[in-house]
Amino acid sequence: MSEAIDAAFGGDPAFVPYLAVGDPDVESSLEYVRALERGGADVIELGLPFSEPIAEGPTIQGAVARALEGGMTVERFFEAVERLRDDIDVPLVCMTYYNLIYQYGGEGADRGPEAFVERAAEAGIDGFVVPDLPAEESGPLRRTCDERDLDLIFIVAPTTRGERLRKLMERTSGYVYVQARLGVTGARADVSDRTAESLDRLAEWDVPKAVGFGISSGEQAREVVAAGADGIIVGSALVDIVAEGTENGDPTEEVAARLEATARELNEGAVAGAAERSQSTTRPERT
Amino acid sequence: MSTKFGDYGGQYVPEALMPAIEELEDAFKRYVLENEDGFMDEFRERLRTFGGRPTPLQYAEQLSERHGTDIYLKREDLLHGGAHKLNNALGQVLLAKYMGKERIVAETGAGQHGTATAMAAAHLDMPCEVYMGRRDINRQRPNVFRMRLNGAEVTPVTTGRGTLKEAISETMRDWATTVERTHYVIGSVVGPHPFPTMVREFQSVISEEARRQVREEAGRLPSAVVACAGGGSNTMGTFAEFVDDEDVGLYAVEAGGSSLEVDEEAGVAPNSASLSTGTEGVLHGARTKLLQDPDGQIVESHSVSSGLDYAGVGPELAHLVDEGRVTPATVDDDDALEGFHRLSQDEGIIPALESAHAVAWLGEATADQLGECVVLNVSGRGDKDLESVVEETESRDLENAPSMDVFAEADADGGSL
Repeated sequence: MSEAIDAAFGGDPAFVPYLAVGDPDVESSLEYVRALERGGADVIELGLPFSEPIAEGPTIQGAVARALEGGMTVERFFEAVERLRDDIDVPLVCMTYYNLIYQYGGEGADRGPEAFVERAAEAGIDGFVVPDLPAEESGPLRRTCDERDLDLIFIVAPTTRGERLRKLMERTSGYVYVQARLGVTGARADVSDRTAESLDRLAEWDVPKAVGFGISSGEQAREVVAAGADGIIVGSALVDIVAEGTENGDPTEEVAARLEATARELNEGAVAGAAERSQSTTRPERT
Repeated sequence: MSTKFGDYGGQYVPEALMPAIEELEDAFKRYVLENEDGFMDEFRERLRTFGGRPTPLQYAEQLSERHGTDIYLKREDLLHGGAHKLNNALGQVLLAKYMGKERIVAETGAGQHGTATAMAAAHLDMPCEVYMGRRDINRQRPNVFRMRLNGAEVTPVTTGRGTLKEAISETMRDWATTVERTHYVIGSVVGPHPFPTMVREFQSVISEEARRQVREEAGRLPSAVVACAGGGSNTMGTFAEFVDDEDVGLYAVEAGGSSLEVDEEAGVAPNSASLSTGTEGVLHGARTKLLQDPDGQIVESHSVSSGLDYAGVGPELAHLVDEGRVTPATVDDDDALEGFHRLSQDEGIIPALESAHAVAWLGEATADQLGECVVLNVSGRGDKDLESVVEETESRDLENAPSMDVFAEADADGGSL
């Protein structure tokens, strides 16, 4: 497992933002990622755009479409990660769909996750989230990640129970992505009340729990962390800022400043939630 | 129960859907494979009374003479709704009912599956929402009317090129949101396990009947069985009961579109020939053969026939092709249109543009491939395609196309009155 990701969940609640690399172009998106780091990101999920993002709502579908139209490729993604590694230290998690991982560098019988993971490790990636890879099909990628001390982060859904939950929790490393509500990604006014229920189901597992799907404000970040989350994952609310800036033709530095400010707000909300939780006596401390 | 066909198939879907897929697999085993609560009895009875099964196997006299071999047509175009799609839609909507689900969602390309699902949902009193690409909505207007008339909601999908691929992605998103009370009636032998197996099981009634009928009528098994292949549900349905008959050749005819070359720069394959030209990859829940660029991005497919317009294909078909049991072939847009006119003129049957690909292949096959007795599945009727066929025919130089000048003449006369 990646020590960097482990450390990111060591202190205050982790703030884990997502952006699609290449949205709307590589240069701007790298500026945006740097802004998120300045805004207090503890881990950054970098989206590698896939043409059929079945788990994404309209916001991230839009980001993926803009990036692909802008000429984003798998190799350009890795080059972008290499450039980020020159100036930022936070752990970077690659979020993409399995076909891109499976195809990389192979033909015929050579296909498989090995070449992709090797190249990602070399570029400076610390882990992976693959929304269309359930535990059942994860064997080859899990093994390859273990060989290179990289994390494979699984998503636990509100519908995940019993034996399935056990399977996922045994396979996840780094953190577990707790899906706050059913459906696809996208900012929401309310965070689902299923979050607390989901966190309760995971209470016995000693792995950091980061909650995502729908978080868009500092207030929501506070609520989720107060309910027991070890971290918050925010994608669509940030991608919305990029989309709006792109549509209005705003200068990159202005959009970056907005992202940094929103990141701060989210991060502060999470920290406030943690303070609230430590004062509360109703919920036992996670060991 | 295996989730794979060789290396193909599997379950590449978001975790949120996995519990529903496990529940579906359990229901499929109990109700479909073991006939629990008499599910299969009810299904077959409804196929008979509501669907009009069995469909005939018809000896095609003119076509047989033209190709110098005995040709039998399996008339799935005569099934209620005008295509084989009802076999699967009725089975799945009924299964959803047995499972206690309250709502149906479906994707549709040509609109035949959407239409069949809307009919089945109305018949079984279930609310139904159908996702359809905006481009297909415009190409297949009659089917949109039919779905609306049966009470289904039709939701346009505007992402990408607005065809079947985008409609499937969008339906999966709906299902991921509403999975606890909704069943996704997938329209072909694609998607995560158990869909490819289950859809084949519901469609295999085509070959069960055809195998019995050809033995009764021709007194033998066919030398060749032919079906068009997009996602592959009529294909697998037509092949299923013949797979173990080693001497029966199985031919899957794909849409060759305008060319078999992929334009990687534009991300477009001007065809839908995944079995013939595709490479292995993962799309919509299954590992199968796909039209994709070297990175693994799915390219846009194209066919004059929207029902074949898909960048993937059923994993079991991909496996049977690799095993050498099924032979893939392609027919381009022009030849498919000629096949359409041929069957209309020779046999008095206006086929769906999808099925027209299989008809056209008869002219390209070798005498050795055809042998002495051919069963060809007419997967659907062509009423839905009339507008686009007239339009596409006018823009091409087709040998056997009828002139539509009568409209111009009528207009001129009308003007003078």
